[in-house]
Amino acid sequence: MRLLLLYSTVLRGGFRRYATYRVATVAGVFTNTVFGFILAYTFQALWSERPRLGGYDEAQALTFVWIGQAMLATVALMGGGFEEEFQQRIRTGDVAVDLYRPIDLQLWWLASDLGRAGFHLLGRGVAPMAVGAFAFDLALPSEPSVWAAFAVSVLLAVLVSFAVRYLFALCAFWLLDSHGVSTLSTLLGVFFSGMLLPLTVFPGSFGEAVQQLPWAAMLQVPADVLLGAREGGDVVAGWGFQLGWAAVLFAVGRAVQALAVRRVVVQGG
Amino acid sequence: MGAAAEPFLEVEGLEKVFRIRRRAGRLRRERVEVRAVDGLSFTVPRGEMVGFIGPNGAGKSTTVKMLTGILAPSGGRLRVAGLDPSRERVELTRRIGVVFGQRTTLWWDLPLRDSYRLMRRMYRIPAARYRENLDRCTELLDLGPLLTVPVRQLSLGQRMRADIAAALLHDPEVLYLDEPTIGLDVVSKSAVRRFLADLNSERSTTVLLTTHDLGDIEQLCERVLVIDHGRLMYDGALAGLHEVGESERVLVVDLARELPPISGLDGARTLRTEGPRQWLAFPASASAAPLVGRVAAEYPLVDLSVQEPAIEDVIARMYAGRTG
Repeated sequence: MRLLLLYSTVLRGGFRRYATYRVATVAGVFTNTVFGFILAYTFQALWSERPRLGGYDEAQALTFVWIGQAMLATVALMGGGFEEEFQQRIRTGDVAVDLYRPIDLQLWWLASDLGRAGFHLLGRGVAPMAVGAFAFDLALPSEPSVWAAFAVSVLLAVLVSFAVRYLFALCAFWLLDSHGVSTLSTLLGVFFSGMLLPLTVFPGSFGEAVQQLPWAAMLQVPADVLLGAREGGDVVAGWGFQLGWAAVLFAVGRAVQALAVRRVVVQGG
Repeated sequence: MGAAAEPFLEVEGLEKVFRIRRRAGRLRRERVEVRAVDGLSFTVPRGEMVGFIGPNGAGKSTTVKMLTGILAPSGGRLRVAGLDPSRERVELTRRIGVVFGQRTTLWWDLPLRDSYRLMRRMYRIPAARYRENLDRCTELLDLGPLLTVPVRQLSLGQRMRADIAAALLHDPEVLYLDEPTIGLDVVSKSAVRRFLADLNSERSTTVLLTTHDLGDIEQLCERVLVIDHGRLMYDGALAGLHEVGESERVLVVDLARELPPISGLDGARTLRTEGPRQWLAFPASASAAPLVGRVAAEYPLVDLSVQEPAIEDVIARMYAGRTG
């Protein structure tokens, strides 16, 4: 109970920290919207040539674009989450101070990142989606239950995304310059989440394989839930897929962290 | 009270060895052992304020890391408040406070008050106690107007005071301070020192102070531990350290005009001259007053200042004296 109180304070702090930077939020919304338009016109061209590509009709494909733009910041597909600060603290040795606190490092950053994701969902998600819905014919559901199922899936997507970014961030303990790793993380995230093209578009065994990777849990699964491409038992299976990856990656993150913390002193401070 | 004699920090034959792999050719790597802490022993009773000094890389921060439990010793025995730090780290974190001059634990983007509320949750501080401690720190460290300011807007001195308060809200039994006055102006420095002195005398908080600033030690610590190469070089009063190291202070005098080097003063020798300014060295243990009096009487004195010996110089001299 008291632990919940602590981490909810951290979560609220995470939310408010990002809420402080209003200009950055407006700039982000603008960028998401512009990218949304570019991708939407590209998808329109593609789907008019190849209708039902990836199992979606044109309205669904366009909706996929705007779901992607709305979730881009929330699941931090292109970075911009807690990991930048965490890596910085590792590099400078400030992380040692965090270890002097009676907290769990992973849960601490998770709470902080959930707060950030909450803010990004509202601040960076709603506006691009509204613009998209205004400018294009989108296939958005009217049943509240589908939206509720989508909300659960978004939360799970943030958990998986956090766990992946936590692992990448821990690399900073071994690498003095982690820019390369961050770039790799962004590339993998953008491609394998379905951000560029829905994963169902890819043919054959490659298409099947990419849908089993953790990045699929960050956008493809929640998008399919909202689009109605997953219904009933498939929704639950999608949640299970997300939860499974979250659990595995959390466990790996903890193990790597235990190894990494032993290195703290080597970085000095 | 019998408990006073009971050691609060107990360090016995403490060792920390790092194995580092170093390049030894194009592909070959060799393992090198670095003994960062090499058989360190000392005890500190509850309520004592101890200066912990030594050159960079002497093993100070490695020792502090072992005392706080984030690093496990390679050998020796270690107890803080009866706990084994590396085994009981989380239990220990609730009873210690840590301030690193160069690092902050505060939330950068949010008002200072938010970080303190977080500390309250983190350490489960009862509401009444929290308010009392916060009020006290706010008053003594002059934080009142800062509580609503985002941390990123604080000056270095303000941030340092804010960090010290953050480390004390949960009434730690022992406080580890690493360079708490680094980069601070004279006013902030003296505010921080006064606060620490009060804390130690009123709450009998045990304090271990790591610093390069001799002024911190002089004004706060009765006892000094000097370590170098991971070993204890000296344990005793600061004055004794000067004697052991035969250190010197320097009197800088500005005369009315350029004169030949001042000579014939007992116990002082002229180090150098530059126009009307001259540098006179005299033993750190001696008072500057008689020397100043004689210079003023015999020379056209315009201005003067006294330079304290740097701690590194004292230690270097002491080290040279022992081995040489």
